[in-house]
Amino acid sequence: MSFSNEQLERYSRHIILKEVGVKGQKKLLNAKVLIIGAGGLGAPCAMYLAATGVGTIGIADADEVDLSNLQRQIIHATEDVGKPKVQSAKETINKMNPDVTVNTYHEFVSSENIMKIIKDYDFIIDGTDNFPAKFLINDACVMAKKPFCHAGIIRFQGQLMTYVPEKGPCYRCVFKEPPPKDAVPTCKQAGVIGAMGGIIGSLQAMEAIKYITGTGELLTGYLLTFNALKMEFRKIKLPKPNGKCAVCGENPSITELIDYEQAECNGV
Amino acid sequence: MKITVAGETKEFNEGLTIAELIRQENIENPDYITVSVNDEFADNENFPSIELHDGDAVEFLYFMGGGSYVIL
Ligand SMILES: [Zn+2]
Repeated sequence: MSFSNEQLERYSRHIILKEVGVKGQKKLLNAKVLIIGAGGLGAPCAMYLAATGVGTIGIADADEVDLSNLQRQIIHATEDVGKPKVQSAKETINKMNPDVTVNTYHEFVSSENIMKIIKDYDFIIDGTDNFPAKFLINDACVMAKKPFCHAGIIRFQGQLMTYVPEKGPCYRCVFKEPPPKDAVPTCKQAGVIGAMGGIIGSLQAMEAIKYITGTGELLTGYLLTFNALKMEFRKIKLPKPNGKCAVCGENPSITELIDYEQAECNGV
Repeated sequence: MKITVAGETKEFNEGLTIAELIRQENIENPDYITVSVNDEFADNENFPSIELHDGDAVEFLYFMGGGSYVIL
């Protein structure tokens, strides 16, 4: 593959970086990244990966754009309200960068479909808003030996970590299982600052870019937390996997994917 | 004794357990946190019996979803 003049210009600020260069940009254009959840985290993440020139971006989301999403889900616009999020996201990406092929999955990920969806991707972004999906993505990525970046945001806080097979702890090493559905009350509206998704979702994009180009150090074995009120990042070292994890351990007790029940919260 | 909690070193009384530390620090949703002490996970069932020692470093790891809802 050789670059067109347009591509040389579009990606010139990447190509000039010794950590990326022509070689790195080619890797990005050949890379396939799947974003599960086109919401607060997935929207900014998808936009940066698209602008970056990640050649294939998959987006999985079952929801339609709601007016209350627009405060943080910047890949969607006012005119997109009511449209499937995957369609709205695809249209935005197509406008941003014609080099990107967008695959859409207008469905909830479940134990039935997730292995098939993640199969062809090099890196997976967890941009979901609920714990059943977060555990499902973790377990599926561990079983399929796929790297992924977990993130969560709430109010003025966010966190992320990157799982790379055999290189460090998985999400379940840290958080053993989702909070039970019948914990009463299970959840309440707490709110989130829209820019939190921009900060943490962009960091997820950064992890994908570093993984693809083989640059720098990933958040593998670390949980990065951000408190916007204190304007404080903390990189917390996670314990090494002790071989006892229910999914990535030596004798895993979880060998089939689990569809946990969702607590009674509406979409985020 | 001195214990470092989430990066901040503070003075505590001897005999402090993880459960007591969680109470003193007003940790939100204590049933749904993961605690590490000196880079080792502590079993949640043992929070009331695990005593902390001078120089220990404790981290609280929180469940965080992806948006505007919080688990209680
Ligand atoms: Zn694990």
